[in-house]
Amino acid sequence: MGRGKSASPLAKVRGLGSAGEGGEHWLYERFTSVALVLLAGWFLASLVMLPDFSQPTLVEWLASPMGAVPMALFVITSFAHGLDGLKVVVDDYVHEEGSRIGWHFVLTILAIAGASFALFSLATIAFGA
Amino acid sequence: MNAPSSRPLSPHLSIYRWQPHMLVSILHRITGAGLTTVGLAVLAWWLVALASGAEAYAAFEGAMGSLPGQLVLVGLSWAFFQHLFSGLRHLVLDMGAGYELKVNRFWAVMTIAASVFATALLWAVLKGVI
Repeated sequence: MGRGKSASPLAKVRGLGSAGEGGEHWLYERFTSVALVLLAGWFLASLVMLPDFSQPTLVEWLASPMGAVPMALFVITSFAHGLDGLKVVVDDYVHEEGSRIGWHFVLTILAIAGASFALFSLATIAFGA
Repeated sequence: MNAPSSRPLSPHLSIYRWQPHMLVSILHRITGAGLTTVGLAVLAWWLVALASGAEAYAAFEGAMGSLPGQLVLVGLSWAFFQHLFSGLRHLVLDMGAGYELKVNRFWAVMTIAASVFATALLWAVLKGVI
């Protein structure tokens, strides 16, 4: 936000540079990525160990706590990390501030909608509706 | 700030040469974008179909079992492994390690080798070949 040239060296060190924020975002990116190493690893390992991919088998797996809870965490974390990544891509390539904010808005809406559909469906399976 | 400097300039685009580290860097972004758009759409569709009854799930299975569907799934699994291994490499680089030219190049190449190998292994297991 026009802070670039006027920023003092101290302000830059404190993270008030061109991104307009500090190191929290950098850490958030890494926390969600490390969590996804575990959650995506669990997801793939679970798929490989399932006897088949028929609907009854998958529903039985996802209705158990050991299926439903990690899957919910996987959905939440992957949508959060993916939204974050796409917003960074937009920040890099969309230079007009209004368009940049517009893209952030659209991507956020899509991510929340997608995650909501996934989580509601998971809850439907888990609670046996 | 804009005073003339005797420090070297960045290589100009005309003498730019592709290197494994550059390829892995842009692949990290491309695979991440692909996983978020296509991958999360497939994940959401899968869960919605599972919750919506036999007919909806049959439609999902039909789409994913077709040749284009299988190609999408193989592509997503490769994208996942590439993003995973490249991401792990980034976590190491974040700690300040692995910047020596040969080391950096070696692990960049290894992320691609590992992602291709892991994808082949996964599908060999899924298809009952192993």
